[in-house]
Formats: sequence, C-alpha cells, structure tokens
Amino acid sequence: MSNTFLEVLNGELIEREKIPHLPFIEFRKNVLNIVKDGGKVVQYFAYQDGAAIKLMIVLRSNILLVAGCDAPESYPSLSKTCEPFHMFEREIAEQFGIRPEGHPWLKMVRYHSNYRNLPDVFGNDYTEDIPGNYNYYQVDGEEIHEVAVGPVHAGVIEPGHFRFNCIGERVLHLEIQLGYQHRAVENLFHDVEAKRLPILAENIAGDTSIGHGLCMAQAVEALTSVQPDTGAKIIRTIALELERLANHIGDLGALSGDVAFLPPANYFGRIRGDFLNLALLLCGNRFGKGLVRPGGVRFPLDDDIRKTLDERIKELKPQVEHVLDLLFSASTVRARFEDCGIVSNYDAEKLGLVGPAGRASGMAYDVRRCFPTEHYGQLDIFENKKTTCDVYARARVRYDEILQSINIIQSLINEPVETRGVNEISYNLQPSSFVVTLNEGWRGEVSHAVLTDKNGKILRYKVKDPSFHNWNGLAMALRDTGISDFPLNNKSFNLSYCGFDL
Amino acid sequence: MFTTLKNRFEQGYRTCNYPKEKPAVFERYRGRPIIHKDVSPEMLETCAKACPQDAIDIGQKKIDMGRCVFCGTCEQISNGKFVTFTGDFEISTSEKNHLLTNGDLPSLAEHSKQHFKKLFGRSLQLRQVSAGGCNACEADLNVLATPFFDLARFGINFVASPRHSDGIVVTGPVSKNMKTALLKTYEAIPDPKVVIAVGSCTITGGPFRGSPEITEGLDSILPVDLFIPGCPPHPLTNLHGLLTFFK
Repeated sequence: MSNTFLEVLNGELIEREKIPHLPFIEFRKNVLNIVKDGGKVVQYFAYQDGAAIKLMIVLRSNILLVAGCDAPESYPSLSKTCEPFHMFEREIAEQFGIRPEGHPWLKMVRYHSNYRNLPDVFGNDYTEDIPGNYNYYQVDGEEIHEVAVGPVHAGVIEPGHFRFNCIGERVLHLEIQLGYQHRAVENLFHDVEAKRLPILAENIAGDTSIGHGLCMAQAVEALTSVQPDTGAKIIRTIALELERLANHIGDLGALSGDVAFLPPANYFGRIRGDFLNLALLLCGNRFGKGLVRPGGVRFPLDDDIRKTLDERIKELKPQVEHVLDLLFSASTVRARFEDCGIVSNYDAEKLGLVGPAGRASGMAYDVRRCFPTEHYGQLDIFENKKTTCDVYARARVRYDEILQSINIIQSLINEPVETRGVNEISYNLQPSSFVVTLNEGWRGEVSHAVLTDKNGKILRYKVKDPSFHNWNGLAMALRDTGISDFPLNNKSFNLSYCGFDL
Repeated sequence: MFTTLKNRFEQGYRTCNYPKEKPAVFERYRGRPIIHKDVSPEMLETCAKACPQDAIDIGQKKIDMGRCVFCGTCEQISNGKFVTFTGDFEISTSEKNHLLTNGDLPSLAEHSKQHFKKLFGRSLQLRQVSAGGCNACEADLNVLATPFFDLARFGINFVASPRHSDGIVVTGPVSKNMKTALLKTYEAIPDPKVVIAVGSCTITGGPFRGSPEITEGLDSILPVDLFIPGCPPHPLTNLHGLLTFFK
C-alpha cells in the first residue's frame, strides 16, 4: 500500500496541511495503484480554495487514505481504465467544469450549471429548460423498441427518467438519468446559518435522516472537539438500526407485492409503519428527524420510553419472523426472486457497489464492522455476503439484517446509560481542517467530507449517498432481463433519487 | 397454505377507526403548537433566533407552520414557556395565511370549498407529483394505502395518470428541474381540479429555502386549495386534511 497517502480514521480531525498535496501525475498514479490493489473510492471531489481549484480523494482498503492535488483543467480520464471513477468524474466535470478526456460516457449527473461560470462541459445551456432535452443512448435495429418512463412515475415515488432499449421483452440496455430533485444541498451547507445544518442533513434523504444526520453530526463533533456521551451513542445506534428495520421491512413488503404475493406486502407495509412509529416514540418524528445533533441527541431515553420500546419490539419480533417465513418459504416467490437481475461479483467490484446491494453480490463491506462509529465498536457485526447476486440475494441480505437489527436494539435497550439532551450546539469549527465521516445507512455507506478555511468557515461540504454508487448496479441488473422484471429489480435495490440528486 | 392462514389469523384486523376515534400517537409527537401569550420578550427573541427555520414571528407572537419543521427546538430551549407542541395532528388549512398561528386554527371543514365536497365527496382520485424534497412526505402519503389507514375505504385513491385524476398532490420544493414536469402534469388533469400542497418544502421551500434551484411556495405557480404542513406531515394529518376538506 502506498505511503504517499495519509491514513486517517473515520471522523478524525485532520489539519489540512498534513494531507499530502501531490503533483497531479503522482496523485493519479497512486490513486490508480491503490484502486488496482482492491481500494475503493469513498469520496472524490473538487473544491475551490482561494483562486485555485483542487481535487481531494478519500480511498478505502482496510484503512482510509487521503490525498489531494491541484486540479488540471482537463486530464486523461481515470474511468477509462478504472471504472469506479465513472460517476465521480462526471460529477466533478458538472460541478467545476474539469474535463476528464476520454471518459467513456461523459454526460451530466444532475442537470445544473457549474460553479465557476465556465462553458458547460456537456454543451447544455441552463438558461433553457434542460431536463429531458437530451439524446439518450440508442440501440439500432429493426425490432428494437424504446420504453421511456418518468420523470413522473405511476406511483407515489420520486422523479427520475428511465430509458429502456429492448428487443421484444428483453432489455438490452437501461439508461437512468436523474437530477430532477436537485436542490443544491451541498452549496446550502456553506451558504446558510450554522443553525440550519442539522435540518439540512436530515433532509438530504428523508428515509436516511439518521444516516445523513449522523455523518453531519460526527463531522461537526470532530471539528469542534465535542464528544457525545455513551448514552447518546447508544441512542444514535438504536435510531440507525430502527431506520434500517423500517426500510428493509418496507422493501421486503414491496418485493412481495411486485411478485403478486399480497399477504406479506400488506403485513410488512403495516409493520414498517410500526417501526416508523418507534422512531416517533424516541423523538417525535417518524423518520427520526430532530433526534441527532452535533454533541449527542436532543431526546434522552427515559425509563417509560425504554419500557414501551422494549414491549413493542417484543411484540413485533415474532410477527416479523412469521411474515419473513411466509415470504421466504413460498415457492412462487422463490421462483421469481431466484436468478433474476444478476449483478456478478466482477461487475459489482468494478461498479463499486455498497451496502445490501454490494453484499448481495459477494462484497462483505459493512461500515459498521470495518470503520465502526457510535456504539458499533462494541457490537459484533457479522459478515453477511451472499453469492447468488440476484434479487433473492438482495432480499436475503435484508432478511438477515432485519433479525440482526432487532437483536442489536434489544441488546441496547436495557443498558440504562444516562445521557444529557443537547440543545446548545457549538459551530466554532477548527480552521484549516478536514474530516471525513462514514456510516452504514440502510442502503450502505453514507459519507460526508468537510473542509474548513483558515477562518473556520466551511469551505467545501461534500455529501455522498450510497445510491451514488448503486444506481449503475440497477442498470447492470437489467441487462438481458425481461422488462416486466424491472419493478422487482428496482425494489430490490430501492435507491434514493433525492440522495443522489442532492 | 397453513402458514398463510396462520399469518392471516395472527395479523387480525388492523384498520383504525379514524375519523370516528382518534388513534393515540406517542407523547413526543409534535403537532399543533400553542403559543403562551405571557412569554417574556427576551425568551421570545431567544426562541426566534434559535429557530432553524426562522418560523417565529416576534411581533405577532405566532409560528408559521408552513415554515416550521416541528423540530421542537423552541419548546425545548424555552422549557415550554414560549410554546407547547400538542398531540393534535389536525392542522391542515385552506389558506396559506392561516398557517401563521398562535395555536387557534380556523375550522378546515368550514373553510373548505363547498363545491368540491359535492364533486369529490364520494370519489376523489389524486395524482401525486414528487417535485424535489426528501421523499419522507411521499413515504407518509404511501402509508395511507396500508391496512392501518386504508385510504381507499373513503373513496380516495392515488392513481397512475393525471388523466384519471381529479387533482394533484404536490410534495417537495419544486426544483427547477421538476417545474416543467409538474406543470405539464397539472395541465393534463381535466377541470375542475384540486391542488394540495403537502409538507413544509412545498409550502415555503422548507429546509431548502434560499436555494436558487427551488421555488419557494407552490402557491406562486399553482392555485393551492389545501395546505398540509409538517416535515413530513403525519399520515393522520394527511388523512384529516383530505377527509375534512372533501367529505
């Protein structure tokens, strides 16, 4: 492993001048070597520092590695030989107008003009209405047909465009074009008053309020040298597991609905709501908004709440187990889940999939085990990778994690550790510093990176939702799959549009 | 087969009896805020300054529920002296300015448009458009279809096409990139049509106000009939809004 890069810990405060600032040629060479040896990209982004535009990268192997360089206006694309950079390079081109020459598929990520008022790399004129005004990838041939879906979908879901190129029922290629939800969240983080930061973080993706809230809180805690107490860490761990439970259970219900097995769909639909209500029990909001704050939590667990939580989980656990059994023992369900939408381990590695989608394709990575935060260091998080790489594997990962999360919560409820509710938060950030935080949200690795300037102002706030890695996994799953299996595959990934669109 | 029946038996009947009975919500839920008039000016100012959404109007001693995300910061730091967030989830309004409140809300039933009740009272088909936002509002609209709430028993459904619908439910701060799609969906709905704004993003821009990529207030581009505040609104708030306004 390269020692030109600086090893950092998850959530560790780093002085920016300690981060190696390499010449671009050397930066590139090292990055490619680390990734070739199995390293994965956690963050790769550009930022403006005075008049200069710089790049920064965070890679992970069994450790986290950081380095930076001056950004060239254009450079030979890394994606050409190293696929995991594909989305990151497109994002940097869109945000800062830096062109990766020879990028295999250079197109916009979120449809917005760049931050430097340079001509758009993709040739878009954003004074006009752009979304949808784009030449989608086309397959030629007599019997080829296209199916266009979105941005407004048939259900109550977020907007995005899906373009299928099919021959008969068979999908040759699916192109996913998002960006419709773009709200410029990253820029808001350094433009708005500090008191708004927690609210912003919780609203990057509402179904991952705790995941993103934790990343932001841990970053601010590092930058202000404030540490949450043990009780707060336990409550935050419980909250993150409740979030995972509600979403995984909802996903399995939705998967069941998509193979027309309605009893589990309805039962899990209701049980998911019960778990959302447990988040409300903790903090007054079904999505856990308002709970996590830099320095701890706003709502301690009192004995009454502890008792109710314990009782509810005891009541729900057998119901969950029985419905899981109902779903997974139905041969009709197995027949539809198995061998559907395979993303091979090879492809998953190249795409850099994370979370349940990655584990279903044989990649064991789990932030809770590899770079533990909060109370996870004290917990035993088992490896949960699968080998079949199909919808069944993605469902089965959730099955195991649902039972695991219930056990984690049950083991933590009865530890009556005192904690103090946090109201006053310091935002006096350490100047000229850097911090990167990672947490295992229910979709996988959520990560925030923060750079401060010499006055302690936020210079760059970078957000990465796991969906940023995984959308291309869905596109890959659809290759050579029947178009009627799209809903099933889509649910088996259940990715975030708003977390991606920022 | 046996497992299927056993599960059915275990699950039982789960649908709530709302609106006849109000289901209990956990104590920490924060619904309609009641302002305490005798709050000291200093405390009022401290709360207004700490409010992450700048939703407190000092002069009128009121909270703008269209901006508020119900985080409860003001209640906590004033130790309940400035405001109490009650367990009342029935907080929708037909006028945007009714959302600026000291705790008294005008009766939604009386302010709803009577011709809508006649037209849509027995059957209301809605198209939902998600226009930015964080997906929490969508999630809590979706749960209305689950057995506990069972929206369909009231003749209200979410449908797949604007052509089949009587109105539109909008969530999110209407991002620049969704504006055209939203307006086209609206145009595709046959007249007369209803517009419902769900969530603080849709009503005022919510957590994203100030962003150049969004529209601050759906009412600036479409005529909104019903405002359902919250971040996100509790499913029962949505249910109350729909039932009271149209039934």
